[in-house]
Amino acid sequence: MFYRESGQFKSSYAADSAIFTIAQDRVFIAALLALSFVAVPGLASDYLLSGILIPFLILSLAALGLNILTGYAGQLSLGSAAFMAVGAFATYNFMVRLPGMPLLLALLLGGLCAALVGVAFGLPSLRIKGFYLAVATLAAQFFIEWVFTKFGWFSNYSSSGVISAPAMQIFGYPIDTPASKYLLTLSIVAFMALAAKNMARASIGRAWMAVRDMDVAAEVIGIPMLRTKLLAFAISSFYCGVAGALYAFVLLGTVDAQAFDLHRSFQILFMIIIGGVGSILGSFLGAAFIVLLPICLNLIGQVFHGAISTQFLANLEMMLFGGLIIFFLIVEPHGLARLWQITKEKLRVWPFPH
Amino acid sequence: MEWQFFLEVLVGGLLAGVMYSLVALGFVLIYKASGVFNFAQGAMVLFAALSFVSIQDMGVPFWLALLLTLVLMVLLGVGIERVVLRPLVNQPPITLFMATIGLSFFLEGLAQMVWGTNVHGLELGIADEPFDVGGVFISKFDLFAAAVCGTLVATLALFFSKTKLGRALRAVADDHQAAMSVGIPLKHIWAIVWGVAGFVALVAGLLWGSRLGVQFALTLVVLKALPVLILGGFTSIPGAIVGGLIIGAGEKLAEVYLGPFLSGGIENWFPYMLALLFLLVRPEGLFGEKHIERV
Repeated sequence: MFYRESGQFKSSYAADSAIFTIAQDRVFIAALLALSFVAVPGLASDYLLSGILIPFLILSLAALGLNILTGYAGQLSLGSAAFMAVGAFATYNFMVRLPGMPLLLALLLGGLCAALVGVAFGLPSLRIKGFYLAVATLAAQFFIEWVFTKFGWFSNYSSSGVISAPAMQIFGYPIDTPASKYLLTLSIVAFMALAAKNMARASIGRAWMAVRDMDVAAEVIGIPMLRTKLLAFAISSFYCGVAGALYAFVLLGTVDAQAFDLHRSFQILFMIIIGGVGSILGSFLGAAFIVLLPICLNLIGQVFHGAISTQFLANLEMMLFGGLIIFFLIVEPHGLARLWQITKEKLRVWPFPH
Repeated sequence: MEWQFFLEVLVGGLLAGVMYSLVALGFVLIYKASGVFNFAQGAMVLFAALSFVSIQDMGVPFWLALLLTLVLMVLLGVGIERVVLRPLVNQPPITLFMATIGLSFFLEGLAQMVWGTNVHGLELGIADEPFDVGGVFISKFDLFAAAVCGTLVATLALFFSKTKLGRALRAVADDHQAAMSVGIPLKHIWAIVWGVAGFVALVAGLLWGSRLGVQFALTLVVLKALPVLILGGFTSIPGAIVGGLIIGAGEKLAEVYLGPFLSGGIENWFPYMLALLFLLVRPEGLFGEKHIERV
């Protein structure tokens, strides 16, 4: 009996179609936003900001992108890191080649470039699906990585294909401290998460889910397969592209194509599996889990102080990741998001069982 | 001399393709019998090769080490079936696929934790030296690999078509429920399939290991086998062979004749593009079964 929604009546269509229909949820989200926008930048240490929170937010964004494609539209992709790379390199080129380009506009354009590339590599999804498509998206992964490594034009002929973030500013405010970087990332991620939530609830989201659940039936009831699938690829790649640009500029500063290798794609896939496939909340939970696990393992390693080699820890981490993936798939295929839902349900009826 | 060079590249590519087929074969076996796309096949190859080399390093003679590793791989295969796949029965294929990605991470970590991360050399006693066939140089090792692969395929083909067990396997591949209803023990069959896949992984691990050295990079072999699979179809053993040959030859030819124009390094993605273009024309693959719906 931690909270009850009794006495809350929906008396208008607007109230019925609100994202959070229960007052407690609204308060919780508002408090969370206030905390993360106001309290965290002021109180958190630089390490907490740039070591944990910024990577968490950026990877959440990438996970959101993949979740749109895989979780909602049901098209398994193993190339999300490649689309992140497109976003990063495109944003870089817009900023370097067009001086005076506002940062946000460059991010937007970078995302759009990623979306275009995503559509191009999404085209096979009209002919093949399932495993065949998953393998086809690997083509994107390897091809794009190769293009950015081999052709100097994309990295402005810098040595060894490394791109470095130019000075960033928004409306005259320089983005150079961890707190300002955090606020920029948080604003973008919050906005795009809201957009994703709304897309998932709107007609396009329903169309994606219909395609995911049974494509033939979806086509029969008049969902345009071509447009729906390609839109999923475009929007997913847009999210990944923006995440990639933020990853390159806000988090790392300098980056080359190898930062967006197959391993990164798998990492993002693991996030949505652990967090919850087909859930906006799940993308965040999964990203938090994947970001925090290695840090926790390192802390444990420090406790034993040299008794455990880093090699051992690295292998242990791989085994843990792999084991957890299997564990989650067997025990809770809907991931952490489902566990959160169950917890909420339990809190609502506590201390009664039902 | 131009055509001779071309021929040399072609033959080299075809023989390299045989090595790809060897890995692809492991995929096909499991997919045929259980409908699981086993991404962990590469990790199994690494696990097999690493175990073999480490056991041999303890001073165990070649054949005994081979036998021990085989037992280990079969146990591993059976264990995987028991722990990972049985609880996931009746889940959508994509879920199973993702579970095998997790499995591949687990096995890579496990193999290196148990046997260490050092690069081991592996000597099979076959010199990797070229010899001359009518002006065309062919690597002895490649020929040996091709022979092993051919023997393996022939054995498997006989096993699948002539033995009682093989027929049971094919029945399971066709229809789980029908197979169960005529009294074929599904669980045993799956354990056997995973055991056989472990055996194929061992053979591939030995050949690739002596080619590249036994190290973490062996897991990347799986990435070479995937285009072979989409080209040949997931369900066809001949498809895996022919697909491997096409990919191997195409890759080498492209590297030599196309590479210079594209500043090199195209072998990572070219097979995928080749397979992808092929799929756009013929979605069921080379020998894939027609009734598999892929559109």
